[in-house]
Amino acid sequence: MTDTDRGTQRDRDSAFYLFTQQNLPACKPVLTPEWVFMTFLFIGFIFIPVGLVTLRASHSVVEIVERYDIGCVPEPFRINKVSYIQDDSIPKNCSLSFKVPKYMKAPIYIYYQLDNYYQNHRRYVKSRSDKQLLHGQNQHGISSCQPVEVNNDRPIIPCGLIAWSLFNDTFTFIRNRAELKVNRKNIAWKSDREHKFGKNVYPFNFQNGTLIGGGKLNPRIPLSDQEDLIVWMRTSALPSFRKLYGRIEKDLDVDDVVVVHLMNNYNTYSFGGKKKLVLSTTSWLGGKNDFLGLAYVFIGSSSVTIAVVFTLLHLLSQRH
Amino acid sequence: MAKGKIRAKIKRSQLYTFACGRKSTQEAVPFVEGAGCSRTVHCNQPHMHRKRPLKYRSNYISTTKYNFLSFLPKSLYEQFHRVANLYFLAAAVLSLTPLSPFSAVSMIAPLAFVVGLSMAKEGLEDWRRFMQDMNVNSRKVKFHKEGGVFEFKQWQQIEVGDVVRVEKDEFFPADLLLLSSSYEDGICYVETMNLDGETNLKVKRAMDVTLSLEEDEDFKNFTGLIKCEDPNPSLYTFVGNLDYDRQTYSLEPAQVLLRDSKLRNTGFVYGVVIFTGFDTKVMQNSTKSPSKRSRIEKKMDYIIYVLFSLLLVISLISSLGFALKTKFHMPNWWYMRPDDTEQFYNPKEPFISGLSHLVTALILYGYLIPISLYVSIEVVKVLQATFINQDLQMYDDDTGIPAQARTSNLNEELGQVDTILSDKTGTLTCNQMDFLKCSIAGTAYGVRASEVERAAAQQMANDLEQDGRQSSVSSKRSKQDIELETVVTSKDGKDNKPPIKFFSFEDDRMTEGNWRKEPNVDMIILFCRILAVCHTAIPELNEETGTYAYEAESPDEGAFLVAAREFGFEFFKRTQTSVFVRERYIGSGQTTEREYKILNLLEFTSKRKRMTVIVRDEEGQIILMCKGADSIIFDRLAKKGKTYLEDTTKHLNIYGEAGLRTLALAYRKLEESEYSAWNNEFQKAKTSIGADRDTNLEKVAEMMEKELTLVGATAVEDKLQKGVPQCIDKLAQAGLKLWVLTGDKMETAINIGFACSLLREGMKQICITTLDSESKEAIKENILTQVNNGSQMIKLEKDPYAAFALIIDGKTLAYALEEDMKFLFLGLAVDCASVICCRVSPKQKALVTRLVKEGTGKVTLGIGDGANDVGMIQEADIGVGISGVEGMQAVMASDFSVSQFRFLERLLVVHGHWCYKRIAQMVCYFFYKNIAFGLTLFYFEAFTGFSGQSVYDDWYMILFNVVLTSLPVISLGVFEQDVSSDVCLEFPTLYQQGPRNLFFDWYRILGWMGNGLYSSLVIFFLNIVIFYDQAYRAEGQTTDMSILGTIMFTCIICALNFQVSLIMTHYTWMQHVLIWFSIVAWFIFLFIYGMLPPKISHSAYQILTEALASAPVYWITTLLVTIACTLPYLAHMSLQRCFNPMDHHVIQEIKYLKKDVSDQVMWRREKTKAREKTKIGFTARVDALIRSLRGKLNKKTHSIESNKSYPPS
Repeated sequence: MTDTDRGTQRDRDSAFYLFTQQNLPACKPVLTPEWVFMTFLFIGFIFIPVGLVTLRASHSVVEIVERYDIGCVPEPFRINKVSYIQDDSIPKNCSLSFKVPKYMKAPIYIYYQLDNYYQNHRRYVKSRSDKQLLHGQNQHGISSCQPVEVNNDRPIIPCGLIAWSLFNDTFTFIRNRAELKVNRKNIAWKSDREHKFGKNVYPFNFQNGTLIGGGKLNPRIPLSDQEDLIVWMRTSALPSFRKLYGRIEKDLDVDDVVVVHLMNNYNTYSFGGKKKLVLSTTSWLGGKNDFLGLAYVFIGSSSVTIAVVFTLLHLLSQRH
Repeated sequence: MAKGKIRAKIKRSQLYTFACGRKSTQEAVPFVEGAGCSRTVHCNQPHMHRKRPLKYRSNYISTTKYNFLSFLPKSLYEQFHRVANLYFLAAAVLSLTPLSPFSAVSMIAPLAFVVGLSMAKEGLEDWRRFMQDMNVNSRKVKFHKEGGVFEFKQWQQIEVGDVVRVEKDEFFPADLLLLSSSYEDGICYVETMNLDGETNLKVKRAMDVTLSLEEDEDFKNFTGLIKCEDPNPSLYTFVGNLDYDRQTYSLEPAQVLLRDSKLRNTGFVYGVVIFTGFDTKVMQNSTKSPSKRSRIEKKMDYIIYVLFSLLLVISLISSLGFALKTKFHMPNWWYMRPDDTEQFYNPKEPFISGLSHLVTALILYGYLIPISLYVSIEVVKVLQATFINQDLQMYDDDTGIPAQARTSNLNEELGQVDTILSDKTGTLTCNQMDFLKCSIAGTAYGVRASEVERAAAQQMANDLEQDGRQSSVSSKRSKQDIELETVVTSKDGKDNKPPIKFFSFEDDRMTEGNWRKEPNVDMIILFCRILAVCHTAIPELNEETGTYAYEAESPDEGAFLVAAREFGFEFFKRTQTSVFVRERYIGSGQTTEREYKILNLLEFTSKRKRMTVIVRDEEGQIILMCKGADSIIFDRLAKKGKTYLEDTTKHLNIYGEAGLRTLALAYRKLEESEYSAWNNEFQKAKTSIGADRDTNLEKVAEMMEKELTLVGATAVEDKLQKGVPQCIDKLAQAGLKLWVLTGDKMETAINIGFACSLLREGMKQICITTLDSESKEAIKENILTQVNNGSQMIKLEKDPYAAFALIIDGKTLAYALEEDMKFLFLGLAVDCASVICCRVSPKQKALVTRLVKEGTGKVTLGIGDGANDVGMIQEADIGVGISGVEGMQAVMASDFSVSQFRFLERLLVVHGHWCYKRIAQMVCYFFYKNIAFGLTLFYFEAFTGFSGQSVYDDWYMILFNVVLTSLPVISLGVFEQDVSSDVCLEFPTLYQQGPRNLFFDWYRILGWMGNGLYSSLVIFFLNIVIFYDQAYRAEGQTTDMSILGTIMFTCIICALNFQVSLIMTHYTWMQHVLIWFSIVAWFIFLFIYGMLPPKISHSAYQILTEALASAPVYWITTLLVTIACTLPYLAHMSLQRCFNPMDHHVIQEIKYLKKDVSDQVMWRREKTKAREKTKIGFTARVDALIRSLRGKLNKKTHSIESNKSYPPS
């Protein structure tokens, strides 16, 4: 063998040569019947246990859902709920009570749930100014806040439809005649509080206009501490959504009777949206979510079924 | 002059009788003026042409599409010609308005990227063309500067009126008027291969008046005025006259040297430039090569239209929904201030808001249309083309030329070819003639086997071996597939004589002077003398070796002269009147030089099919020597001259079967008186003037060319190119049909057909021919009957193995291609196993190609090497040029070029197959992925009151097509191999997946779209149900739009990339990197994006680190959705593979299980099964032979059995 021959031989083994000749060593997995069987069985063996664990976690969650939008309207006003809710002269307080069905371990999360409320509508989603929320009134760029941007030629802080329509029902919880303390701190994302809502931005002229939308804000508290607003400003993805209201940091025992005094301020009557109060514990999974576990079990068991059926079919019709 | 070569200077015009007949100068000069004849050329005064009105176009040529200035507007126009790009442009413009659901940058950035990339590719290709032009433009030629001094100047600077001097083997820089040449009589030889593809040399001849301009100095004071026709594309006409020396002479085409033709066999010529640059005939002839698009790409357009319709439908649905929502629900949504809205949301004007929403929706759902599809395909194709260019197995070691994909947009079309239309000369054969056998006086000489014979012998040996093996089980290593390697039959290799070019003759009886011992010495001498004398070649002495090379007009003639030399009759000198031959073995063994005075030379024309010289030898004997086509010669034999007719005919038949070109040789001894009587008449005819001069001459020549005595016949082998039969065999096994379109005569074509196994014994040949004499109607009638008879014959044939071959000549083809008959003809041709068209013109080649292409609707591939194939190459769906030969015209017009025909196999069966599947799968996947993604946007709309809000961040959307899902697709399109290249070649039937279009039929496309729909539903609704209201973390937080969007997008990225990994069957580290990188890239992006200040990242700020990564549900859901999306595909594939496997599935499995090593029998059986049923090619030949042998065997056993059952009493 001459030197040049050896050279070419070396070239022929080089990765570049193999690459240009489309001859790189390759793994060529083939779905042979054995592999098919193994794959589906494997999927099944992974998915069914995961599904069962998930279901178990979901079952460990105790959830209480109380709808109050109708119950909180006094009988005489039920024909025209909209006028009821828009009439400021009528007191809006209301109370519900429910029995705790199961032991609930703290923390118990309190949510309000709205239905048929299009927080994800494009007009609504766009109507905010992140700049203003962080930096306050000196900043420009509130044009996106249309149609709620200025009041008396001064930009409203916080501007935009989202803030303007802030949810303002309030809840107080009483167990055994003693008030259950609701922790309303740290219900918003930390990053929002620290980086998106200004520490020096005060809602001094919020809801001062002619048309008042939702809740008002305490003008002496900076936006970064207005956690209700921060939670509300995270627009929901779907027209039915829950938002965190607070936490009860005490356990609730079975058959405890909880009375809720609430201020039914928020108008969902004009568009027929439901309002619900939700108390829920969580697991590592979050809230109650049977579907996820069921889906896992379903996929896992269909996988196993496919594996079995496939093997049977294969044994019945021997190829080769 | 070429180094080391000496040539006698002679007046060659004397040699010719029929061509370049001299016109009498007395003839009236036609008045050249008026329309179409306005060009004026001042010879040797180029300065006259520098200002109007005589300023003509410069000699600079440019074939580029764009120039520096026009590139931007023109290429932009090209880009936005595509309907998809136009849509995206409109969307990008609209994205600047508030109607857009996305930010402007998310629309403009991908478009700019995609268009920019395509334009860069265009620019690069055009740059290459520009460099090629520059190469031509900067060639140099000698021109007359002034005062008889010639200097070099670039072609592009040549001006009309310049006198140029072109040396031997140089190209003419422009159309020239020939003034004089190195030959005294102003003759020169021109090779016009680049113009019309004809390889034989053409004779051009200067006018007598300009012959005196023999040297550089003669041009000092030369002037003249040419008035001639305007530039036009007709290659064979020229009208004009020359005012010179106060006389007017008329000019003819014979005096015009055309650009791109080449000066051959002539030292130099002087000429005046008449037409330059684009005015030259060749440039006038050049047609813009049509832009071809592959079938897949055409079908892709339909899919795009389908998607556009889908887009329109869902946009209409969502704008209708929006209008209704706005009208009926919006007034109740107080939180949206319905009292204070701009028009888009005004509940009082739902129509306007619906209409404006339509625009929004059309932009929003634009993700259904894969913006990056075109650009990805282009990237993929360029890379595929690079692989084709790089393939060392298509690299010709001899010439150093690799295969080249000249356009990259037809790669996948290579995998769908149904019919190959091939040129013969230069493509299938080398156009090199080897003298192989001869028959002299009824005795056959030459023992060496032709390629066809060798191949046949090899097969017979194989067959025997095979039969033997079938009986003996012991021999394990069987070679059932026929090995077609050419056997080296260099006898034992003991004689180490270097092979002589053009001479493969082997017979001890003839060589080394041994023929003197043969019985018919006289005839042998005569035979050799005819070979040595009856020709028009010129000897050239190579001073270095002392041998003579011959410059002949046809390669056959060269082979004859070499043969004569080897037999001892060396032609070494030609003068004006004589041919000198050195005879080695005559007499005492001394070499004697003999002179043959040429009295008349009646050269070969295609019409006459024979050549005759009348010579007077040294003894004063006048002999007529004639060589020509056997049928022609046999008709002209004297009664006494038929002594050897029977034997010679027998030999000629054998030679024909062996695939050789044959010519018969004959002579006639003439009496002095007889000759002079005829010569008088001949001279009279020769000097006569008028249109019937040629006819007269022919008639007179006919009178002499009779009463001949047959001497023998020659057989030369038109050598097939290396590997051609094997290649044809494989292509046939791959189910491809091969049509041969050749300019050659029928006999030659049939011989080559046999040599390539396109024809074989036992094949029924349907020859369709016509006779000259009949009227047009009669001819048509006749052809119609023949075609109908042929079809009838095929229909009535019961034997399933019967094969038919259709052979048709050009003249007949002209009628058969007429509108009323062509489909009938095509029907017959398609039924035949092989089709050979002979004597076809370039135009007809293109017409036949078009007929096949349009008539059958299948993909055609045209392959050829010469300019006469350009039409065919351009007309065919794919044009392949054979590079490496001198003429580049075919290559320039082609889409792919290979240096040898045999590389076609790999180009089609390996690269074509791969590229087809790659592109088909890639496009399917592309649509799948965009439907899966795009529809989730639509579903989400239904939950937002159709308001046009997107659930995904703008940046996710930008990256989706461009980064996050593009690389795996590209790797699918570039690297995917269903089976390795060796397996492709071993299982040619796999190729049929392309022509049958198994991977891009509507069934499959709709299947993928359905899969996309399924995936979109799974992705969206699983996510919605899981996340719509419940807390998704232990800390109690619920999802919002950005979190749900990010989770969904994660699911999409994982599911789509996992899906592409399932499509692939071939993973090198590159695929692994590209797929897994794409998934990882998404998380990396999300991490980095989340780290950016909220001013940039908005709602995605810290989304991964804070909200998602720590939530187990996020990961669990991603896994669930990914598996749920791909499970049906996986199940479908598993079931298909196991219960209804496609060919490549079986092979993949065998290869995977290494069965090919462990179970040879099965592997072989699969291989045999993997051949398409074909009736041409070697394998088919062998199969036919086996069948006939079996048939005989059956008969025998039958007869034995019958004998048994009736035992004689």
